[in-house]
Amino acid sequence: MPLTNEHIKQKLIEKFGEQVSNFSEPYSLLTFEAPKELNLKVLNFLYDEPELKFRFLTTLCGVHYPQQKGRELAVVYHLHNLEDNARVRFKIFTDINQPDIYTATGLFSAANWLERETYDFYGVNFVGHPNLKRILNVDEMDYFPMRKEYPLEDSTRIDKDDEMFGRGGTLGYGTEKTDHGTLSEENKHDEGKPVL
Amino acid sequence: MSTIAEPHIRLPEGSIEKTTTTLNLGPTHPATHGVFQNIIELDGERVVSAEQTIGYIHRAFEKIAERKPLYQITPLTDRLNYCSSPINNIGWHTTCEKLLGIKVPKRVDYLRVIIMELARIGDHLICNSIVGVDSGAYTGFLYLMQYRELIYEIWEEVCGSRLTTNIGRIGGFERNFNDIAFQKLDKFLKEYPGVLKEFEHLFVRNRIFMDRTIGVGPISAERALNYGFTGPNLRAAGVDYDVRVHNPYCSYEDFDFKVPVGTTGDCYDRFLVREEEMWQSLSIIEQAYQKVREFKGAEAEVYHADVPEYYLPPKEDVYTKMEALIWHFKIIMGEIDMPAGEVYHSVEGGNGELGFYLISDSGRAPYRLHFRRPCFIYYQAFEEMIKGQMLSDAVILLSSLNLIAGEMDS
Repeated sequence: MPLTNEHIKQKLIEKFGEQVSNFSEPYSLLTFEAPKELNLKVLNFLYDEPELKFRFLTTLCGVHYPQQKGRELAVVYHLHNLEDNARVRFKIFTDINQPDIYTATGLFSAANWLERETYDFYGVNFVGHPNLKRILNVDEMDYFPMRKEYPLEDSTRIDKDDEMFGRGGTLGYGTEKTDHGTLSEENKHDEGKPVL
Repeated sequence: MSTIAEPHIRLPEGSIEKTTTTLNLGPTHPATHGVFQNIIELDGERVVSAEQTIGYIHRAFEKIAERKPLYQITPLTDRLNYCSSPINNIGWHTTCEKLLGIKVPKRVDYLRVIIMELARIGDHLICNSIVGVDSGAYTGFLYLMQYRELIYEIWEEVCGSRLTTNIGRIGGFERNFNDIAFQKLDKFLKEYPGVLKEFEHLFVRNRIFMDRTIGVGPISAERALNYGFTGPNLRAAGVDYDVRVHNPYCSYEDFDFKVPVGTTGDCYDRFLVREEEMWQSLSIIEQAYQKVREFKGAEAEVYHADVPEYYLPPKEDVYTKMEALIWHFKIIMGEIDMPAGEVYHSVEGGNGELGFYLISDSGRAPYRLHFRRPCFIYYQAFEEMIKGQMLSDAVILLSSLNLIAGEMDS
């Protein structure tokens, strides 16, 4: 019998009751969330339960939702049951001021660098990780660059003083444009993004 | 293999206590074939421990993508695994198509399969011939390289560029394949099997090559799965997981091919698995080519789906037709709002499961885009695989894992 989303959902509810919540199936991939204290319990259950056997960690990444107060950071696990070829997406949310989450390195060796990457980009503190330090960015970096409060430069901005690119400077190219608004006003057309 | 604890070097009286040597393999070292560092602790010539440092060419693609409309993200994906860029491009396009619910015509799927399998051959060809170079056989590398050139020429006919291809668009290709592309493909299909056969004669039963690779850097199936291995490296350990079979995309279910597996997961098995995958890819290309030729009449001219919101109109139309001009403007200025949703899609890249996790909040750029880069995930296992082996094995293992710095660092 193939492992259906409905069956996985029933199994999870049987075990954890109302603590697993927000079930949905975007593009037919079962997605759910659990309180962050339970992340290892849920992962272990998915791993060990003979009918589920989600024993392959496909990927793990962070997401920042600055508007959700108290649950700004998400950690998203994608798990795969290779035998029945079923996938699930499991999310946990945490407060950005205390982003402590248990590490999954004990269960999946693959989680080691993925968690380091998530720490590097979002500052999620994986409790119990054997070597939680930055992996892609320089060690001296003192902020977490993928958080939404660090917007990327608007490619159309014109307030920059850079004569090599015809903006401001002493050569006079483009100087007629420099009295435009600030960077945040320039960002206006990007309404889909959260504004901080 | 002697135990590590037993010292190989006897120091003279009064020397410093340290009996091991620290060696920096990389970041710029001919053996790494890319920019990443390995700090190897050696006892004589045996590896005691290895610490990997990566991130030397980190370009913050995931961050940049949060500001770009979908079509501008394609060139970023080129620069992940740049040995097989078309797979990354098409993987990204199919992810967008999944998010947007675009149905792609069969002919486009088959053309994509041809391009992707050429890319797979190009990727494996480099990896295997580099394993040869690192074990002292340069000839095979130069011999096969001519055919990677031919693959690049085919891509050049299709999209105009060679290494970082930016091939295709959301919905299909930017133009139909021309006759020269098909002629070059014919030439490739005709000549490459003979060349690959000859290449195999050089290596597969070569005493020196076997001695250098058998038993080097092995990994068990269980450990490989725990480390998140995918692709040829996982299959060499004996697990027949292939995204093309498990979660078919681009009509891979229409093709008949085998998934080769190894047993020990050592460098020799990885070599053989990649060899066999090249043969399978050749067979897939032939089947796809056959299917493409079966389209007749108007169907034989189809090379993209009808999605004006995302597919750039032909330039002649932009200058002469109102509709086309409007869409062109909207697409180029990134003024198309995409539907909200969350999608994970993966393709079988040169190194394994290349996944795209895209979160859209109905804005014009992704809210979050995460790349599952196979290299990044399996490189973690390097220390476990090389412990207790020789320094020269470390070099072969590095090339045999097919580590691509671009993919690792994103």
